[in-house]
Amino acid sequence: MRKILIVDDEPNIVMALDYAFRKNDFQVFIARDGQEALDLLEKEIPNVIILDIMMPKVDGYETLRQLKQNKNLASTKVIMLSAKNKDTDIEKALNLGADAYITKPFSIKKIVEQIQELLNL
Amino acid sequence: MVDNMSILIILPVYLLVLFAVAHWSEKRRNNKWTNSPYVYSLSLAVYCSAWTYYGSTGLAAESGLSYLTTYIGPVIITPVWIIVLRKIIRIARVNKVSSIADFISLRHGNSRFLGALVSVICILGVLPYIALQLKAISETIHVVTKSSGSEYVFQDTTTYVAIVLALFASYYGTRYVDASEKRKGIITAVALESLLKLFFFLLGGIYITFFAFDGFADIYQKASTLPNFAELNRIGGVPEAINWFLLCMLSVFAIFLLPRQFQMAVIENNRENHIKTAIWAFPLYLLLFNAFVFPIAWGGNLLFADNPAVNSDFYALLIPLHFDNNMIAMFVFLGGFSAAISMIIVSCIGLSTMLSNNILIPYGFVRALKSGELEENEKRIVRIRRIGIFSMIILAYFIYRYLVLEYNLVSIGMISFVMIVQLAPVFFASLIWKRGSVKGAVAGLIVGLLICSYTLLIPTGFGAYEAELTFMHKGPFGIEWLKPFQLFGIDYFEPIPHALFWSLFGNTFVFLAVSVSFQGNYRERNYAEMYVDIDNYITNHENAFIWKGEAYKSDIVKVLNRILGVERTNRAMRIFQLKYNVDENQELADARLIKFSENLLTGHIGTASAKILISSVVKEEKVTLTEVLEIVQESKENIILNKKLTETSRELQRLSAKLKSANEELLLKDKQKNEFLDTVTHELRTPITAIRAASEILYDDDDTPEELKKQFLQNIISESDRINRLIDKILDLEKFETGKQKMHFASYDIRATLQKALSPILHLIKQKSHRYEIRVPDEMELIDYDEERIIQVLNNLLSNAIKFAREQQGKIVVEITQDESQTRVSVYNNGKNITAEDIDAIFDKFFQSSDQTLRKPIGTGLGLAISKQIIEAHKGKIWAENMDVGVRFTFVLPNQTRET
Repeated sequence: MRKILIVDDEPNIVMALDYAFRKNDFQVFIARDGQEALDLLEKEIPNVIILDIMMPKVDGYETLRQLKQNKNLASTKVIMLSAKNKDTDIEKALNLGADAYITKPFSIKKIVEQIQELLNL
Repeated sequence: MVDNMSILIILPVYLLVLFAVAHWSEKRRNNKWTNSPYVYSLSLAVYCSAWTYYGSTGLAAESGLSYLTTYIGPVIITPVWIIVLRKIIRIARVNKVSSIADFISLRHGNSRFLGALVSVICILGVLPYIALQLKAISETIHVVTKSSGSEYVFQDTTTYVAIVLALFASYYGTRYVDASEKRKGIITAVALESLLKLFFFLLGGIYITFFAFDGFADIYQKASTLPNFAELNRIGGVPEAINWFLLCMLSVFAIFLLPRQFQMAVIENNRENHIKTAIWAFPLYLLLFNAFVFPIAWGGNLLFADNPAVNSDFYALLIPLHFDNNMIAMFVFLGGFSAAISMIIVSCIGLSTMLSNNILIPYGFVRALKSGELEENEKRIVRIRRIGIFSMIILAYFIYRYLVLEYNLVSIGMISFVMIVQLAPVFFASLIWKRGSVKGAVAGLIVGLLICSYTLLIPTGFGAYEAELTFMHKGPFGIEWLKPFQLFGIDYFEPIPHALFWSLFGNTFVFLAVSVSFQGNYRERNYAEMYVDIDNYITNHENAFIWKGEAYKSDIVKVLNRILGVERTNRAMRIFQLKYNVDENQELADARLIKFSENLLTGHIGTASAKILISSVVKEEKVTLTEVLEIVQESKENIILNKKLTETSRELQRLSAKLKSANEELLLKDKQKNEFLDTVTHELRTPITAIRAASEILYDDDDTPEELKKQFLQNIISESDRINRLIDKILDLEKFETGKQKMHFASYDIRATLQKALSPILHLIKQKSHRYEIRVPDEMELIDYDEERIIQVLNNLLSNAIKFAREQQGKIVVEITQDESQTRVSVYNNGKNITAEDIDAIFDKFFQSSDQTLRKPIGTGLGLAISKQIIEAHKGKIWAENMDVGVRFTFVLPNQTRET
């Protein structure tokens, strides 16, 4: 079973994503901020991570930078998910090694499709 | 009698003391004494030369009161110094003028010829005068030693005195290549000599009046029995009065124009307000000096009535010697010696500056200077001046030895005066009249000199007044009205006033006539403006200089380097750039730089050469006179404008600083606005995202469990509320910020309001099991506020307190206090401290703590910002402060907000 980690501090968004991915046979892990995510990644190696940018404690960029240094996560795909939609933000995330950038609000259906596609490559 | 040996000892010792004083003050250029106004006033007393010292007595004894004219003139004119002398000093200082020849030459467009002509007049006029001083030294030595003059140059003590003086003056007079520099050593030595000569003369006078005789009354009584006493001591009728008037005028001019006076009063003046002391100290000095002339003269006439061979000039020496008081005689001799040598030294410095800067350099060396290297040039200039000073003294010595032995002191002094006074029309006109031209000046001077020669020099040269020459008595070719002493048949003048009157008359007339008939050149018209209106140009006279053409800064700097040296040139250029705010890298030179550079060179090589040197590296275009007049008129207006402009520009600078800070503020606001928009979009998108996701799931999935469906619907509702809240708050904030928010003030009890705010969130406190405490006074006045708004603030502060109080054993304290004027409400929680950098920023919109370990607040991020706006709308204050443990938010409301 494929594993997905959802990192976001908005409980209602997390809830929707959690439901959608479970339904599509993902094992879902949830972290409410960057620090929780990094802690969790010490134990689990998910296939894909959905990462919000604006979060307390450790923000999305910093989390991305740190998890990219973890060699165990070399094949893990990272998808940024943010309400920030400026080119500079997107560029910054891609430069840090994100595999995709999805802006909020998003379509649940499309995000699931996109992630499955990404994993099948 | 004083023996030769003691003279040979006393003189060198005395000179050594003077050298020491000069040396000392040169070393201590900034000493209080060296810069005292009294030193300046005393140095002006160089006016009293040996001629005054001995000659006055002689004149008083032989011809009565007319000796007084030499002093009455200066005494009358000194009050005017405060205006006239100050103006001259300003012009000289601003233009770095170093002699009277420079002064006149610069005014007439750096005229080389005029400068040289003035210099020649000064040298011709003053050299015999210097010779006189040497003669006085020599004769007085013979008087005190009772010896007679030697035929042999090398047995004459005066020879050695002349050589020593020449060495002294050429060393201390040329310490600086820049002749406009102050010669502190010489000035102080001269001031000391002035003091000594006065002291010794008074000493002699007191001795003669009170010891040789029984006081003033005794001398007067005895003298009035002498046959010629009454006749000599009266002023006489109208013709006599005119003679007196003219002689006074002569000395009035002399006090300004004599090279040594110009040197001391103008060139060596280092503070304008020293004039204030000089205008009373100098006349006082003259007065003291003359106090004993009359008694000495008539005392001498009484004592030596039987001996017509006695020279009345030396009564001051002869009387003490007559009573065998060698000590007093020696002192009087030293005073006279002082008077002579200070005159010689100062005159020679002035003359040699003119000789080098206005004759030798512009006519001979200027080309050599242009190509020479710096050191070579400096040496050359100093050498020219040294040789100048030296040769002046030596030349004067020979004049004394071979030409003037037979004349008495006064006549030669007077002739000198009349010659120098020829400069008066052009000099004084330069201060008040703008049309004087170089042609007029030259013509006037030459005519004045010719008349002066005809009426004074030639008759004097041909064997003095008594000579039986036919042309003296009958006029040349028998033309009566051309008799040298009675021109045009005017026969009541004495020779000196006569010559003065006609020469000045001719001089002035020609000067005025030629000046108004022929146009001057544009440069002199330009300087005319700067001289006459010097007060307008005192700070930035370079602006007033008119020049058109092409010039490169580098060329000019090259020339300056050769004369001033690289270091001084660079320093000067920096000053120039700062003064006029000119870009350092500017290649082209403007009029200001040209004038500035000419000024720099003027002190070293004189105005004429300065112009020649600068012109040689620039391409000047001709400017017509009308153009100059226009520009001058314009620049006159400009200067007034300029003053205003400077003020305005200062004002503008202030405004522009304000504008800059306002602009910065605006930029910051703009940035804040952008950030605000970013944040608002983000804050709005987040709930929309949640709503969209939930809706999509509900729409697509039919098999969602009922419970989850309800949960998603619940989420949609709460996120919609969140959006609505956000919008409300943004609008709220916007209203406050634009001042559109309406407040509804009324009188309330703040305790009741607190209860209203507390009750809806009490359950939250209990839920978190925080302890809470409320401290309110029992008695409270009602205060004015908008209750709904204050509830909003309290709500916000309380929710924050609940949020941030410690998770375990959280504690919240609300405290209200009140004094006469204000009510203070504080809300405390025992949570984490706020970092120092956040403590003020916490009230900003969408503030997010720089300390990211804080949980993101559940609110909108606008609560505190709105609270602040509300409190400020009540004219109150709100702030946060860290306590030892926990944080306290406080707001203060004035008890009465509404106007009473």
